[in-house]
Amino acid sequence: MYSEANENKIDELLTHYPVKRSAVLPVLYIAQEEHGYVTDEDVKYIARRLDMRVNEVEEVVTFYTMYSRKPVGKYKLQVCRTISCQILGAEAITEHLCRKLGTGLGETTSDGKFTVMEVECLGYCDLAPVLQVNFDYHEQVDTARVDKIVDELV
Amino acid sequence: MTKVLTTRFDLKGEACDIDVYIKTGGYAALEKAFREMTPEAVIEEVKKSALRGRGGAGFPTGMKWSFVPKESKRPKYVVCNADESEPGTGKDRDLMRWDPHMLIEGMLITAYALNARDSYIYIRGEYWYIKEILERAIAQAYERGYLGKNVLGSGREFNLYVHPGAGAYICGEETALLESLEGKRGHPRLKPPFPAVVGLYGGPTVVNNVETLAAVPWIISNGGDAYRALGTEKSGGTKLFTVSGHIVRPGNYEVPMGYPMSKLIYEDCGGIRNGKKLKAVIPGGSSVPIITAEEVEKCGLDYESVAAVGSMLGSGGVIVMDETVDIFETTRNLTHFYHHESCGWCTPCREGTRWLQKVFERMHRYEGRPGDVELLHELADKILGKSFCPLGDAAAMPVQSAIDKFREDFDRRIKHDLVQIKMHAAD
Ligand SMILES: Cc1cc2nc3c(=O)[nH]c(=O)nc-3n(C[C@H](O)[C@H](O)[C@H](O)COP(=O)(O)O)c2cc1C
Ligand code: SF4
Ligand code: FES
Repeated sequence: MYSEANENKIDELLTHYPVKRSAVLPVLYIAQEEHGYVTDEDVKYIARRLDMRVNEVEEVVTFYTMYSRKPVGKYKLQVCRTISCQILGAEAITEHLCRKLGTGLGETTSDGKFTVMEVECLGYCDLAPVLQVNFDYHEQVDTARVDKIVDELV
Repeated sequence: MTKVLTTRFDLKGEACDIDVYIKTGGYAALEKAFREMTPEAVIEEVKKSALRGRGGAGFPTGMKWSFVPKESKRPKYVVCNADESEPGTGKDRDLMRWDPHMLIEGMLITAYALNARDSYIYIRGEYWYIKEILERAIAQAYERGYLGKNVLGSGREFNLYVHPGAGAYICGEETALLESLEGKRGHPRLKPPFPAVVGLYGGPTVVNNVETLAAVPWIISNGGDAYRALGTEKSGGTKLFTVSGHIVRPGNYEVPMGYPMSKLIYEDCGGIRNGKKLKAVIPGGSSVPIITAEEVEKCGLDYESVAAVGSMLGSGGVIVMDETVDIFETTRNLTHFYHHESCGWCTPCREGTRWLQKVFERMHRYEGRPGDVELLHELADKILGKSFCPLGDAAAMPVQSAIDKFREDFDRRIKHDLVQIKMHAAD
């Protein structure tokens, strides 16, 4: 189902745990890496690969916010909305991004490139406000910095 | 000031390389523990140190370890809690990215003391690059024989794996974390039994925070008494504080337990930004009660002193708010957080946070009804002490303390109809 490297990675992951099911979170990241989101096929395949029932995998996917069951933008622009970022202007960053890209919160631009999201505390409170683009952190951002980051990805 | 946790922070990541770590004294504590100490002696030393859990609850670490049964049919485990999702907290992040081997060494000493073969670091998924730093460090430790079969000729095997979470604050709660590590939804388990007796895969399991485990090598090298002497009698050692908000130099600061909070804020962090005045501080991550600027003046940074002003040391996330901040808005922000993060398992928390948020939202639109401030207080009361896990309390306490201390910020949100305004005018 996945690239050879990723299938090997799954085999390796299974050696970490006494039960296969424990690998479900790391394996779901592999699914997202390959397909951009967790597809119906992914759910069925992972269930088979990890000796789980399909609804058990489904339950896990929907519980954790970092997985998506629907297509999302190539770049997830995740602005932290929580207190330390809030008091240093996070809301203005989110509004700026939405205006700039002409999209609503949680929506994806028509070219499929960007999804603007509000997320909860990212553990970078001392470096607030923060924007995480996929897995990359950008600290102490302002609207000018955000413009630069997005323009480089267009 | 003696540093325990941050000695290699200035190297800005060079200590991720095992040779740099060893050259700067690394893995010496592990050698000492394995070659010169019995597992019991290691636990004794940690007990003497008065080290308490740095994840938020402050439970004495040595005591927790001594609850683990010596003999067990099921394998024992050491699990590091690197979920770090408490708003205001970003200390474990720097400990792991600047000095990953110190955590690995601390975990190995712990695994030796408890006779556990396999250990896991459960790290929040957003810290993906730190997961990779840890994996590289672990690979080096295997190469040098600190991990794997027959570690340091002890005849014993030690393995360490990094496991990513995927965006759920509740998975920082230790039993929810174990559920998550077993591949399930992160719903907390009933306690007792405590994880030290029945934990991961049913085996005795010690769950400790990153900072807790990272202090262990220093304690073994220098002795529990020396560690304790750095802090106060009841709160041993040093602690890492994440200072965020309206502060000139935000960041992570290691100070001895008992250090004055005002000194941290006004001297180390350079005081409040833009010449503004301090209004309030949340001293221990978003889950603890808020304190006023006056209370900051008399507050020391140790478990007992913060409790004396009615709050808690928690995770050490110090959120600093200047005079421009509307405490109603910050409390609304946190209520949104707890409602979003409630795992939905028990009714008081699931429904209570939903109701809280509803009232907050209408007050946000300046459409609060007379009695809404009291209603918020009551709703919080219905959650407090009545929910299945401490997340419920964490949602309720900030609301009550904010109302009690900054009532005027809430009252402003109430829309009085004309009759009432006239009545007030007549008073
Ligand atoms: C809702 C909730 C979230 C928590 N989040 C964390 C966390 O992110 N990191 C952490 O170390 N402890 C967290 N804890 C505390 C853990 O349950 C546990 O007490 C801790 O990992 C024990 O380690 P320690 O004794 O070394 O602090 C949380 C607790 C609750 C109730
Ligand atoms: S208190 Fe909240 S987070 Fe804890 S079990 Fe109940 S619903 Fe879940
Ligand atoms: S509040 Fe934004 S990173 Fe913590």
